[in-house]
Amino acid sequence: MNKEIKPLKFSGKWDFDPAPESVDHISLKDQYGLFINGKFENPQTSNYFSSINPANEEHLSMIAEAGEKDINAAVSAARKAFDGPWSKMSAKERGKYIFRIARLIQEKSRELAVIETLDGGKPIRESRDVDVPIAAAHFFYYAGWTDKLNYAFPNRDPKPVGVAGQVIPWNFPLMMAAWKIAPALATGNTVVLKPAETTSLTALKLAEIIQEADLPKGVVNIITGAGATGAGIVNHQDIDKIAFTGSTGVGKIIMKAIAGSNKKSTMELGGKAANIIFEDAPLDQAVEGVINGIYFNQGHVCCAGSRLFVQESVYDVVLRKLKDRILSLILGNPLDKNTDIGAINSKEQLGTINKYLKIGQQEGADMFQLECPIP
Amino acid sequence: MEAFISPKVDKVGIEDRVNRITKRSIKKEAKLEGLKMALNMVDLTTLEGMDTVNKVTQMCYKAQHLHDEFPGLPTVAAVCVYPNFVKIAVNSLKDSPIKVASVATAFPSGHSSLDVKIADTKMAVDAGAHEVDMVISRGKFHMGDFGFVYDEIAAIKQACGTSVRLKVILETGELGNLDNVRLASDIAIAAGADFIKTSTGKIKPAATLPVTLVMLEAIKDHYYKTGIMVGMKPAGGISNSKLALQYLVMVKETLGVKWLDNHWFRFGASSLANALLMQILKQSTGAYQSANYFSKD
Repeated sequence: MNKEIKPLKFSGKWDFDPAPESVDHISLKDQYGLFINGKFENPQTSNYFSSINPANEEHLSMIAEAGEKDINAAVSAARKAFDGPWSKMSAKERGKYIFRIARLIQEKSRELAVIETLDGGKPIRESRDVDVPIAAAHFFYYAGWTDKLNYAFPNRDPKPVGVAGQVIPWNFPLMMAAWKIAPALATGNTVVLKPAETTSLTALKLAEIIQEADLPKGVVNIITGAGATGAGIVNHQDIDKIAFTGSTGVGKIIMKAIAGSNKKSTMELGGKAANIIFEDAPLDQAVEGVINGIYFNQGHVCCAGSRLFVQESVYDVVLRKLKDRILSLILGNPLDKNTDIGAINSKEQLGTINKYLKIGQQEGADMFQLECPIP
Repeated sequence: MEAFISPKVDKVGIEDRVNRITKRSIKKEAKLEGLKMALNMVDLTTLEGMDTVNKVTQMCYKAQHLHDEFPGLPTVAAVCVYPNFVKIAVNSLKDSPIKVASVATAFPSGHSSLDVKIADTKMAVDAGAHEVDMVISRGKFHMGDFGFVYDEIAAIKQACGTSVRLKVILETGELGNLDNVRLASDIAIAAGADFIKTSTGKIKPAATLPVTLVMLEAIKDHYYKTGIMVGMKPAGGISNSKLALQYLVMVKETLGVKWLDNHWFRFGASSLANALLMQILKQSTGAYQSANYFSKD
């Protein structure tokens, strides 16, 4: 490869006009309570915090902060629903409710996609084409499982665990809620779910959908709040299982907290995924894989491909291809249909990223940055 | 001669990238600019057994008068005809910037002797063609005789001389898979092609977005190695303006803005020009005009 050759240019001619998705079709309340026992309740803490749009720091809605009493109420509603209708209902009936939730997500997919983008900063292309359809697909998939569990595990007579406490992160808010709620419901459990404090809105819209689907009250409870609320769920005596997706650090704290209890757990924690490219690989498609691996959802992915190993013989050409591909990415308003990279999820997260960039440079790393205006 | 070892192509990865390219939303001024750019890249083509002198003359007239009531329109890039019509086209277009391209080399099958193919090419060049669109020998390619394919392209390039640009048609619909498309692209480029072109238009599938992406990547790799730019011409099957804009997005994001010019990118098409015109008028005036206001073909 000849390094003297003029670099390719990817802007300066035929730059695309803004193509923003409209926001006038969504409905957001000024204030959201806690979804407990099938109803939105005011928090007994009386505390609310603001949910903001990370792209422009504008306020979107007020979110309730759940305290100890609220957690107790949610868990006891879930327990009652478990002992009552839900664990005794025929599997097929249970499946019908889950199918109904899936269909409602599909019907409201445009609204959910826009709210997801407003609240979390991810490009509308991704919330529209990935997050929301996958969330619906999850409910469809697990709805189909309800009446087949006995065949999947013959002679094991699978039984629900009970009340599941679920704590999810801010990177795929609705999709994560679907990943957690759908399988729990399909296997006959009831749920207390806490979304991340920066991205509660689509979980609360999902609560509205669950209401509309007429799910028996208390089967799904969605309570909002920050770390303290999550700790309250983890440490609650009447919860049978903890499901957590998030940072490795918090995962360790949770595992310590529930050690010695009867709680079961599922942990989905962070990683530093590697890409490895050898010289006989289809290089352009490998580079595309690297791009999707690290820039999908601004890199806010537990398995984001944050390390890249390249065989020396193709190092120069892979690097050149990678830089050229980065130059053709569009950074901007998350609501614009052409945006590839939207907003970092929160000011705090941006601070964390910048901190690591600085450490990397201090330790001798080279930094390549896109030459583009940052809105 | 050096052995041809081309990079492999991952079909799933190509389709993924194409899918993403088709998601670009081109609106307002960018749409109008894109439509005009596409129109300016069209090789207006007639390659029928029933072509007549009047058909070719009429097409050349159309090339210069796309829509006279609407000023400020670009012209098409070229007209593309059989060698025996080149003289007529050259005469009809003598006062315009529109180029005359001629297919040659026993188009479309390419089954003939090298002598006949060179004579075919010379006939077009001597009649004043600015560009020659040759076909590769797909049979020899499938027999693994890549040297033959290479030598033939090089010989035709020599017959074209220095001022006539050579487009090499791979006929990707007959190549079987994307690995072969990539290999044929590399052979054509190495043998001296000024443009690589997907199809004759006589075989289905003709141009597709995945095939075009593979060819653009071959052009990019050649540029990285040598700094030499090679042009690209998808041909056949591109009949609506939305698809044309998707091709342009692909060019822009694969090779960059330098290729967004009819010196480096063409559409081989017959009905695309009218489709683009209708959209340009709609985008400018806000209303669709009846098809009756446009030429029949």
